[in-house]
Amino acid sequence: MNKATFSAFIAGLIFSFGLLLSGMANPEKVLGFLDLFGAWDPSLMLVMGGAIAVGLPAFALARKRETAVLGGTIQLPGKRALDKRLILGSLAFGIGWGLAGFCPGPGIVASGALEPGALVFAVAMIAGMLGFRLLERRAS
Amino acid sequence: MNIDWNAFTPGSALAGGLLIGLASAWLILMNGRVAGISGILGGLLNNERGNRAWQLAFTLGLLAGPGIWSLFHALPTIEIRASYPVLIAAGLLVGIGTRYAAGCTSGHGVCGLSRLSPRSLAATMTFMFGGFATVYVVRHLLGA
Repeated sequence: MNKATFSAFIAGLIFSFGLLLSGMANPEKVLGFLDLFGAWDPSLMLVMGGAIAVGLPAFALARKRETAVLGGTIQLPGKRALDKRLILGSLAFGIGWGLAGFCPGPGIVASGALEPGALVFAVAMIAGMLGFRLLERRAS
Repeated sequence: MNIDWNAFTPGSALAGGLLIGLASAWLILMNGRVAGISGILGGLLNNERGNRAWQLAFTLGLLAGPGIWSLFHALPTIEIRASYPVLIAAGLLVGIGTRYAAGCTSGHGVCGLSRLSPRSLAATMTFMFGGFATVYVVRHLLGA
């Protein structure tokens, strides 16, 4: 394993710990946040706030650098369009998120904890991603 | 608005958020890549040669987290109340939706907002709206 691969593993591991510690990996906690009109749990605002507080300076630095510490170029997304795909895709994602309380990262982390419901969600999510690939191929 | 103070966990939420930010900062500065989970999973499914190793390693890190955590400490609660059919419908929507939107809570919500991207702000506001509206319908209109 080279350094960059090991580094990505460490990043994934820290990300996983963050999701576990914050409560994001617990769908019932996430649904408590999404239940704005019930007994609302604002905790996840702080998860976002904490993550962005570290992310802001890091991405500002990344924008100034051309190469990553371990080599290779820094790849920042270049798309700017606010199109139908972005909005309808995000809406579908939000509906799925509100149904189960899982977004992609927590679905994978809870699968790592061998939670049966998370494994069911993760398999369906991967099937959805494969479905997207099929639709894209057909369209091109 | 009615805040559930008993469920509110500001300390662990903030600390966990800082760790998520740290992991995203690490990946962009060390590897030069954005920590967007749906993009990473989609990339793995596309089998992109130059990205396979780091994407696989990051995903394995996510999966290994709970196991390594549990060596030192009891795992935090993971409570899943949704039935299997609902989890399947949710998974399909999350899978297709995040790929069309080219990002999810991590790619748009954390990394995109950290880059001050208007596109990511629009995505984040839309999926938050979708989540709030869905829980409102399910819990308060359907009473499930």
